[in-house]
Amino acid sequence: MHIPDGYLSPSTCAAMFAASTPFWYVASARIKKTLSMRMVPLLSVFAAFSFIIMMFNLPLPGGTTGHATGAALAAIVLGPWAAVISVSIALIIQAVFFGDGGILAIGANCFTIAIVGVFVAHYTNRIVAGNSAVDSSRRVIAAGIAGYLSINAAAFATAVLFGIQPMYFTDSNGAPLYAPYPLDIAIPAMMIGHIGIAGFAELIVTAGVIGYLQKNDISLLSIAQTGVPAAANAAVASGWQGARRMWLVIATLLVLTPLGLIAAGTAWGEWGAEELVALDGGQTITAAPTGLLQYAAIWEAPVPDYAVSFLSSEQLGYILSGVMGVGLIIFTMLVSTYIAARFTRRNEHSNP
Amino acid sequence: MGGEAHHGKRRGNFIQRTIDALAETLERSLYAEQLAEGGGLLQRLDPRVKLVAMLGFIICAAASRNLPVVVAIAVVALGLALVSRIPFRSLMPVWIGMFIFSGLIAGPAIFLTPGPSLATVPWLGWQVSSYGVRSATLLILRSEVSITFSVILVMTTPWIQVMKAMRVVGVPTTVVVILGMTYRYIFLMLQSASDMFEARQSRVIGKLSNADARRLASATVGVLLSKSFQLSNDVYLAMQSRGFRGEVYTLDEFRLGRNDYIAIPIALVIIVSGIWFGYV
Repeated sequence: MHIPDGYLSPSTCAAMFAASTPFWYVASARIKKTLSMRMVPLLSVFAAFSFIIMMFNLPLPGGTTGHATGAALAAIVLGPWAAVISVSIALIIQAVFFGDGGILAIGANCFTIAIVGVFVAHYTNRIVAGNSAVDSSRRVIAAGIAGYLSINAAAFATAVLFGIQPMYFTDSNGAPLYAPYPLDIAIPAMMIGHIGIAGFAELIVTAGVIGYLQKNDISLLSIAQTGVPAAANAAVASGWQGARRMWLVIATLLVLTPLGLIAAGTAWGEWGAEELVALDGGQTITAAPTGLLQYAAIWEAPVPDYAVSFLSSEQLGYILSGVMGVGLIIFTMLVSTYIAARFTRRNEHSNP
Repeated sequence: MGGEAHHGKRRGNFIQRTIDALAETLERSLYAEQLAEGGGLLQRLDPRVKLVAMLGFIICAAASRNLPVVVAIAVVALGLALVSRIPFRSLMPVWIGMFIFSGLIAGPAIFLTPGPSLATVPWLGWQVSSYGVRSATLLILRSEVSITFSVILVMTTPWIQVMKAMRVVGVPTTVVVILGMTYRYIFLMLQSASDMFEARQSRVIGKLSNADARRLASATVGVLLSKSFQLSNDVYLAMQSRGFRGEVYTLDEFRLGRNDYIAIPIALVIIVSGIWFGYV
């Protein structure tokens, strides 16, 4: 589900349209130059494709299902500018005709998914893939990481949009008019689901399709990447196998990155409670709800406290600690699916 | 495209669920086309008027800072749905879906938003804040109202005309043409995807393992991607053979009628007063 109407103030929506417009403009100018007349059918068909894959239910490790946005796949196969346009068009059709995402929020949804998501995927893929051959398993890994980071970057941008709403848009009493949670609630709430579940949907689709194309239709992979050795019809043995290795790499990275930050051990779950009192100026609520305080202690994290301003180092710190926790979840998931697979296989052998 | 019988919802099977989702999209658009031909009030208006008016109502709901105004706009939405003969059972799933989604998001705000306490939840000791209740109500109601207007628009207007009408709000002609073509290819590809899944489904006995399901999904997406490129090449050649030189033209068949001249001032009054009173 994308951002519906009512969550963002009209001025935020207008600002997001304004922020997206230059990208749309440059994208259409670039595409006109490179694709010229081919642009209209190619973008239409690819937008339809993006739309369709947003509807695929994907079984994820751990028993849940998720949907992919296809932004990363579009970025890798079509190149970033064509991807910006086709994913935007898919999002517009979703919003207008299927009620998935708001009409006023089209600018915001396009900015987060079709612009932030696409460019994060594009650069990640370029950095990780490097100069490797089109049929190398490194490309599959690069695609998976690009997909994973792309949707998480989009989610983060969305969380920031949500989180700034109560800072700027409140009624005369100070009650939030739009998305009600400040950054320090909106960001973790949004990221947990994306780092843990939605990211994997994107990872699987992106890596899986790139792996599939390497084996079956490799010519499609050299559209966006010029100057890369294209080995036609190469049979790649490792294709999808790279994915499991990539999960391990991601999990390891997630767990290891914030290690340096573990120093003090104060609870960061106090946000809700402490801020309740602070925001109110101690007038109506003299003490934070006891229920909240009780639960505050559950979230033990490495960062002592944080400033209100966004992107201060503490803010980054608790995001990182969340990231690390999720890395551990991925490890657990990998181990448990491995054991479960082992177990079912043995059962199948014993009961033929 | 026909013959889309409603599949029984067999939850838990990934292929079946995807087929269901694809079929549902097809059904929904066919249903909308059917309703758009019905003789309700909105069906008789110019698509451009409807598009701009719905946009105005949505902005109204989004800009309003007070609850009674949002409620009033909600009444307008219900009234329009009624006079356009949109059955409530087709709106119900939209409302329920949005309520669940927004409710999950807005729910905790009832306790987390600072403000005067209304009540305390027994056992847990959480305080229900009056500002929180207000914020949550506003959020849920606004999102419901906005989605109702957009559903009303697409259920009373053939979709291809909605796209053409987008030009009045500044969407470039090329984008409108791409949108229109995309819309057509969506159905073609829905059909392809559905066929692929059904072909596989008919050959599967027992339960597909998660890993196989993922492999199947990736392969299907890959095949669709190859098909899309082939399709776009074919379409390009077809367009070129018919004289396409990169310039796009559309037929402008819209003309304002008597109903539109009555509807425009009424909508304008509602929108302007909505924005005015919503700001107070």
